Amino acid sequence: MRPPSYWPFVVPALVVVLAIIIFPWVFTIWMSLNEWKVGSPTTFVGPSNYLRLTSDPRFLEAVGHTMVYTLLSVLLPLILGTLAAVVFHQKFPGRGFLRGVFIMPMMATPVAIALVWTMMFHPQLGVLNYLLSLVGIPPQLWVFHPATVIPSLVLVETWQWTPLVMLIVLGGLAAIPTEPYESAQIDGANLWQVFRFITLPLIMPFLFIAGMIRMIDAVKSFDIIFAITQGGPGSASETINIYLYSVAFTYYDLGYGSAIAVVFFLLIVALAAVMLYMRQRMLWTEIASGA
Amino acid sequence: MTPRQILGQIGLWLSVLVIVSPAILFFLWMASLSLKFEVDNAAYPPVFFPERIAWKNYADVLASNRFLTYFFNSLIVTGSATALALIVGVPAGYGIARMAAHKSAIVILIARITPGLSYLIPLFLLFQWLGLLGTLVPQVIIHLVVTVPIVIWIMIGYFETTPMELEEAALIDGATRWQVFRHVALPIARPGIAVAFILAVIFSWNNFVFGIVLAGRETRTLPVAVYNMISFDQLSWGPLAAAALIVTFPVLLLTVLAQRQIVAGLTAGAVKGG
Repeated sequence: MRPPSYWPFVVPALVVVLAIIIFPWVFTIWMSLNEWKVGSPTTFVGPSNYLRLTSDPRFLEAVGHTMVYTLLSVLLPLILGTLAAVVFHQKFPGRGFLRGVFIMPMMATPVAIALVWTMMFHPQLGVLNYLLSLVGIPPQLWVFHPATVIPSLVLVETWQWTPLVMLIVLGGLAAIPTEPYESAQIDGANLWQVFRFITLPLIMPFLFIAGMIRMIDAVKSFDIIFAITQGGPGSASETINIYLYSVAFTYYDLGYGSAIAVVFFLLIVALAAVMLYMRQRMLWTEIASGA
Repeated sequence: MTPRQILGQIGLWLSVLVIVSPAILFFLWMASLSLKFEVDNAAYPPVFFPERIAWKNYADVLASNRFLTYFFNSLIVTGSATALALIVGVPAGYGIARMAAHKSAIVILIARITPGLSYLIPLFLLFQWLGLLGTLVPQVIIHLVVTVPIVIWIMIGYFETTPMELEEAALIDGATRWQVFRHVALPIARPGIAVAFILAVIFSWNNFVFGIVLAGRETRTLPVAVYNMISFDQLSWGPLAAAALIVTFPVLLLTVLAQRQIVAGLTAGAVKGG
């Protein structure tokens, strides 16, 4: 009997994917090689949109903001999420329900969340400055000052996405065998030593995956930043994605916007490659040092 | 229990409290803002327990005739995008899993990495050229960018774990591939479909970036409508917070009720996604 072909099952999805994922990509690359503004005729200009990027101070500044924002939005959730996972790995009554509550921030509608954070950040009436005053810290301007806007947005992002790291690491913890812990107990290791020398190395692959996903999402972060600051004050929190929005849909400079989209995508791929490379390096040093 | 165990229990519950309180306190504060009159919301120090409760904020939001329009827009966009994604995505996940065509998953990965705005530029032009702007069709189509990859991804993972023996037996008995899929594979995959459905609904419902570009005055979805309220209504926090809570409430309810499925779906996608 001829083995059945499964192609008919895949064809409808293939058509959809071609239309909404592949076609936009091909067309974006083509547009990026053109001077393409809404309402005026298009002309082929070759790589000039890309060259323009290299001397666009606003773009370069946005790259810097994106890097700072991403670095913080990967590290903080990674650390806090791991701690939370260690706690949720314990057995306690109501764990399932509380886990559901814990993941609410990442499932909630980002714009709705952003709106409430904006109220909480309010310098005069916001609850955050009131809470700070209780412990004797002077009021902050939060998202209304260039120096504090990115850390404040990272606070929201961390609040929102720590649960995802927790879930991934929790999955890792569930897969750890119990033997190393038993022998560590016999050897009289303390809690920190157990975490540092047994748990951490074993959950490393999961932390890496969590870090990778976090990086991809943080680089692309849009809703929270756009709804709270729109890149302001001034351009202090303008990331690549926010700048891309302005270029494409405020100035309707679609050719230049397409070039930004392509470079942006390549940047994400490059960051992912760097992370993979670092992971490989780490594995090699671990093997070399006999760990 | 020994004193040591009791201390351990206390420590555990304290840690749990510290960990869940940012989420709980935030949503309580959101509810509090939505239930207070302007006098209380504009007070400093903040009023934590108001003397009068402003149910009126909710009534105002629900009574505004546009809100109902936007609610139905959201319902139509999310409903259609999810239904279409299931129709094409479930069989695709089955086919990819059975053909072991793992390389095809790279497309899904690219879709996961690509910023949403990159799809918008070419598709915006296409919709404009087709004269579809001003209807809900562009938003339904572009929401497929969100829902289709989720469904395919989760279904590949699910069909890889379902047993092949029954399907092989049915094929030997002379059933067509379609019959095998319809009557053997699909019923077993129901829990996987539920996971894909829930996640697709949530991520489509929450989507904001597609709406701000493609939606006109009549075709806004709820997140876009709420965003527009910020710019017009900066000072009245009560109705704003009420609107925000109404928009996100279905999702929060689903999260708590279906947390098992959501956790399964997110971690499956995440772990396999690396």
